[in-house]
Amino acid sequence: MDPLSWGEIIARVMAQLTPVWIALVLLFVVSILFKRRLGLYGKLFDSMIGMIGFALVMFWVFTGLFGAMGLIVTHDSLAQIASMKNKVPGTAILGVEEGIYPYYLLGGDNLGRDVFSRMVDGAWVVMQIAPLATVFAFMVGITLGLPAGYYGGRLDTGLSFLANLILAFPVILLFYLLVTPEIIATGIPNYMATFLFIFPLVFAAVLLNSRYHTRPSLRTPLLIGVLGVLGWLYLSLVSEVGSKVHILPGFADLFDVPSGILVVFVSVVFVNSPTVFRIVRGLTMDIKTRDYVAAAATRGEGPWYIMLWEILPNARGPLIVDFCLRIGYTTILLGTLGFFGLGLPPESPDWGTTINDGRRLLRIYLHPALVPAFSLLSLVLGLNLLADGLREESLRD
Amino acid sequence: MGLFILRRVWVMLLTALCLTFIVFFLTNLYPNLEKLAKSEGNFRMTDEQVDSWLSNRGYTDNVFSKYGQWLGVLPGYVIEGSDGETRARCAIPGEPVEDAATFCGVLQGNWGSSTVFKVPVLDKVGESLALTGKLMFWVLVVMVPSALLLGVLAGMREGSATDRSLSTIAITTTATPEYVSGVILIAVFASSTAGLQWFKATAASAMEDANFENFFLPVLTIALYGMGYIARMTRASMAEVMTAQYIRTARLKGVSFGNIVMKHALRNALIAPFTVIMLQFPWLLNGVVIVETLFNYKGFGWTLVQAAGNNDIELLLGVSVVSVFVVLITQLISDIGYVYLNPRISVS
Amino acid sequence: MADTYDGPILEIDRLSISFFTRLREIPAVMDFSVAVQPGEAVGLVGESGCGKSTVALGVMQDLGKNGRIVGGSIKFKGRDLGAMSADELRQIRGSEIAMIYQEPMASLNPAMKIGRQLMEVPMIHRGSSEKEAYDRALQVVTDVKLPDPKRILDSYPHQLSGGQQQRIVIAMALMAEPSLLILDEPTTALDVTVEAAVVELVKDLGKKYGTSMLFISHNLGLVLETCDRLCVMYSGEAVERGSIADVFDEMQHPYTQALFRSIPLPGADKNARPLRAIPGNFPLPHERPQGCNFGPRCDYFEAGRCDVGDIPMAQVPGNDRHATRCVKFQEIDWKAPMALEATKEKGEPGKVVLRMDNLKKYYEVAANALFGSSGETKVVKANETLSFEARESETLAIVGESGCGKSTFAKVLMGLETATEGEILLDNKPIQSTAIEDRDTKTISDIQMVFQNPFDTLNPSMTVGRQIMRALEIFGIGDSEDARRKRMLELLDLVKLPRAFADRMPRQLSGGQKQRVGIARAFAGDARIVVADEPVSALDVSVQAAVTDLLMEIQREHKTTLLFISHDLSIVRYLSDRVMVMYLGHVVELGTTDQVFAPPYHPYTEALLSAVPIADTSVEKTHIVLEGDIPSAMNPPSGCPFQTRCRWKDRVPGGLCESEVPAQKTLADGHQIKCHLSDAVLAEMDAVIKVAAE
Repeated sequence: MDPLSWGEIIARVMAQLTPVWIALVLLFVVSILFKRRLGLYGKLFDSMIGMIGFALVMFWVFTGLFGAMGLIVTHDSLAQIASMKNKVPGTAILGVEEGIYPYYLLGGDNLGRDVFSRMVDGAWVVMQIAPLATVFAFMVGITLGLPAGYYGGRLDTGLSFLANLILAFPVILLFYLLVTPEIIATGIPNYMATFLFIFPLVFAAVLLNSRYHTRPSLRTPLLIGVLGVLGWLYLSLVSEVGSKVHILPGFADLFDVPSGILVVFVSVVFVNSPTVFRIVRGLTMDIKTRDYVAAAATRGEGPWYIMLWEILPNARGPLIVDFCLRIGYTTILLGTLGFFGLGLPPESPDWGTTINDGRRLLRIYLHPALVPAFSLLSLVLGLNLLADGLREESLRD
Repeated sequence: MGLFILRRVWVMLLTALCLTFIVFFLTNLYPNLEKLAKSEGNFRMTDEQVDSWLSNRGYTDNVFSKYGQWLGVLPGYVIEGSDGETRARCAIPGEPVEDAATFCGVLQGNWGSSTVFKVPVLDKVGESLALTGKLMFWVLVVMVPSALLLGVLAGMREGSATDRSLSTIAITTTATPEYVSGVILIAVFASSTAGLQWFKATAASAMEDANFENFFLPVLTIALYGMGYIARMTRASMAEVMTAQYIRTARLKGVSFGNIVMKHALRNALIAPFTVIMLQFPWLLNGVVIVETLFNYKGFGWTLVQAAGNNDIELLLGVSVVSVFVVLITQLISDIGYVYLNPRISVS
Repeated sequence: MADTYDGPILEIDRLSISFFTRLREIPAVMDFSVAVQPGEAVGLVGESGCGKSTVALGVMQDLGKNGRIVGGSIKFKGRDLGAMSADELRQIRGSEIAMIYQEPMASLNPAMKIGRQLMEVPMIHRGSSEKEAYDRALQVVTDVKLPDPKRILDSYPHQLSGGQQQRIVIAMALMAEPSLLILDEPTTALDVTVEAAVVELVKDLGKKYGTSMLFISHNLGLVLETCDRLCVMYSGEAVERGSIADVFDEMQHPYTQALFRSIPLPGADKNARPLRAIPGNFPLPHERPQGCNFGPRCDYFEAGRCDVGDIPMAQVPGNDRHATRCVKFQEIDWKAPMALEATKEKGEPGKVVLRMDNLKKYYEVAANALFGSSGETKVVKANETLSFEARESETLAIVGESGCGKSTFAKVLMGLETATEGEILLDNKPIQSTAIEDRDTKTISDIQMVFQNPFDTLNPSMTVGRQIMRALEIFGIGDSEDARRKRMLELLDLVKLPRAFADRMPRQLSGGQKQRVGIARAFAGDARIVVADEPVSALDVSVQAAVTDLLMEIQREHKTTLLFISHDLSIVRYLSDRVMVMYLGHVVELGTTDQVFAPPYHPYTEALLSAVPIADTSVEKTHIVLEGDIPSAMNPPSGCPFQTRCRWKDRVPGGLCESEVPAQKTLADGHQIKCHLSDAVLAEMDAVIKVAAE
């Protein structure tokens, strides 16, 4: 068979992505129809920049999602076909069997794997780690930043010192120190995970208790229910049969996180939370001078109610914007880790690892490195544009 | 002012102590030491042999005492080993142990020696730092003026076509980490298949003799990422200042637009980005590591990767100390500069 | 050219200005005409959002990207400003027309020395050399009566106090001796006594330089004191225009009349002659009614006449240049006395519920705020020996300017801070050192607070109903959600808000409505003592009366003790039973309202009374202008706190004022004063405010 022309490649890639297009169109039609009733999210559709950003982000979300469901990929992203090594985009596979896609749409890499499928699977790796890691970083940052800003004084001095300590660490050095097999063997990442991942629990407990402590009949069952579910998830996450932290027996452990992924996760949360802490602290110091905070204090509200229900909801604008930016930053960090071959397994399809693999032969074969490079670029660009759109819209009236 | 700097320096030293301790702790964990013993001794050592190798060289002390020795505030160990040989931390190879100094740590200028490069750590760090210094100098020369210009131009008329297009450029460069922009730049300007081949894809020759051809791509790669960020900060700050009341006052005083920007807006608008530029350093260090690896430029970042990748503990410690100090000193400069730029903070 | 031209300096003719948003065109000013003659001062009065500042910016041709002049013309010395090129405009701005703004701090460049900012003006417009410009700056700074002009020229804006900054802004406007000065609420951000001095200065300088002025303000009293003519604006239109005497004494528009009836003038009394609030709300710019904008709120509204077509300005026959925008002005009997609302029973003060005994609150602060914690601390005496008692259903007003310690006092009472010394007795129970977290629910719900800033008093991300219900929850009222919801709706009834407001977000409410919610929240736990911290000072005049009345009414029903913190003596005189005057943490005078408002005064009370502008042409005031600014509480003067500004100081022998804090002395029954002046001197004092016999 002849190799495909560029037009054919584009057409076939588009066709392969059909589920993504359908989902995108549906999402946009529904959102634009109801935009006046959707609050800040709806307002996003008033800004061109925001819409472009949102479309880019959702493109990759859907690609990752449908890719994981097997709707998009053409080949197994780990399977190697020797004859396809470093082949240019659109090369047909020689002697293809029945039922296997006959082309490497975006070419093959140096081991003869399909670049297109690896790109799609790489999107899924990012989608799994980046948003969740950012959520955890926010939990840590918020839970510590609120009291630091609200109380000030020694607590603030201490916590700020710690945050500055981490911030003064060159990120790459930290990764090189934390994300090594030797460190994983000592169990330090597991202990850190045990510590960092407890924050969502603390956050949820304090949030609900401060709100409902006047109504014990509602509070107690609610707390038991929520903390029970979160607690189990937490234990499943941190506890690993055969690792240093082994609390849950194997049968109760809901899911396993490979230790390589866990350490990546922990490091990313660890380097992101100080920045979130600083933002939350600053916002808190600003908002705590408002009269409604004084009003809450004069009716005898506890400090945590004031922090979580009076201050935090009113700081949400800047935090949402930062959340988008931070997912982008986390994506870049993940790529950096992959680029240096830290944490993620060497055959992982994530974009950073793929770029690193591809760059060795970059002067001769461009596509294995360029495809993931542009993927990462477009996702992060989308997140930045989305954040910009949100910022612009939230500032308006 | 003096008191303020003193306080900052004190906090800085405390931070440096904490950070170096963390690095020391992490690099001196048992699995690392085990690896060290095997690579320095021989790979077929039994666990007992590893233990005695380590304890003969003082590695099994508790971490605080080891840290104190490394720092040079505690006397270096003198151990009569299980193999009968007496070793002292401070002994100079080839000279009797008895003549060894009591203290020999970082404070005494004794940074140990690199196991990978077989040279004293201080020499290696100094040499690579000089190379990176050259790189950073050009990065700053390219990055700062262009970023500020971009930001000021975009921010002085918010919402205009200039603003829109410049902002898009800035956002795109912030969304492009060095390993992406580097790859793209090499593909476009240096590759043999499709590229223009204007520049070289490696900067190895730039260590000796940097010229436009072999040095421009690495410099541009680092500069691009930081540039977008600074430009956006400058733009935001400039746009905010341009809507301030005192700018209206100036306008209604009859000051021309050019003079409003130059005399009234600029100084106020540059306060925020100045801090940002300084705080960019830890970030730039990131870029340096990536770019030096990508372009095979044997500077500080490259050394860091080598040290970490080869479990070269002493070298890694040395690199960490230097990078932590670089970051802290830039923070100090940023604080002082902020006070200087912002007359509202009076230091008396 | 100024020599040959002798027409009006500024002539605005049928001006219309609109702002354009993505959704619609919002007319901000419609069919607005006014003329300013040489040497004349014209006031522009109206509530916030009526378009008065837009007019000023229109004159400056500085409406921003969205604003545009859509009709009419603005002529300056006969030349159309709208037709000028950008260059010509720049020549006029700053040299011929200068502007003074509301917030002095924001309108000075923080990173530029004062001298530079001043010198810029002559250097641009006259091409002066540095030396000439500097000399001119020095002279003008001396003219605005700033001490040590050389030092001031060499300092940055943040190193000056608010009053000094405003003087610099005035100086900057006068640098080029403009023919027209536009003042946009120039004293709103200042304290009353400082305001009085600044107003005095503007008046004097206006005369000295022969400048015409356009004075924008929401305060009728201030306009009376500064202007020759005025123009009343309502919702984008001029509704009445004329000389001060004509408009104040022979008003010809229902809005002007309603405005005057809603402000507390001397003679108003909360029981016998209550204020009359203007019903309804200010219309939003895109929801203006047909015909007369004021129609829906007007007492004289007549369907079919007032709500059809545009209503033009009509000349009032017999008066000079007096016009009104009312179709019925010749039919209305303007002299008819205000229909008296049912006079109300005066609430009799009951037993003592709150007693302060020698309360002191000191703060320790780092001497250097930024780089502190290096040992040195300073003690700030925020409250110095406060003693008073408050009875059931009594209103005690606490009067003072910034830094007088009234907010600190409120904090200590509420339990947000604990007292340094002395006692606070609530029902004879000491609470001065119980912080709020240790107080029982009853104590907390007994003492509640209404805050100053309506835009800040409600949590923006919670519905109005939720916020009130949360207060009920905390106070342990109601045993189910339903019970609390019912009680919440009753509270909304109490503050006269529709029940539908329960599900609204605070941003959907107007300032006055928010303040009502704040009051409802304060009364959620049947508070017995309510601290109202300037509850109406941030509201528009027409809404103030309604909110004040509401507070009075609830107080009457619930026998609440009201501690009313305010700097506005007019409103204090109107509603309080007793008055406490504070200055730099000291209570300088305490007595019944009549005692405090009549001589003998404490010298500070005297100055304060004289400083408050009164919008009544029949009132004569003694003119007392205090020198300088209020000293900082961080660095109080020695001896009597008021000695640096007191005009009676030389009547006390032996420099006692500078060395010793005067003791509290009792003049008449319950009338206390903290002053060294002898009884004989005190007896010499004249009344500051005299109402001319009608």
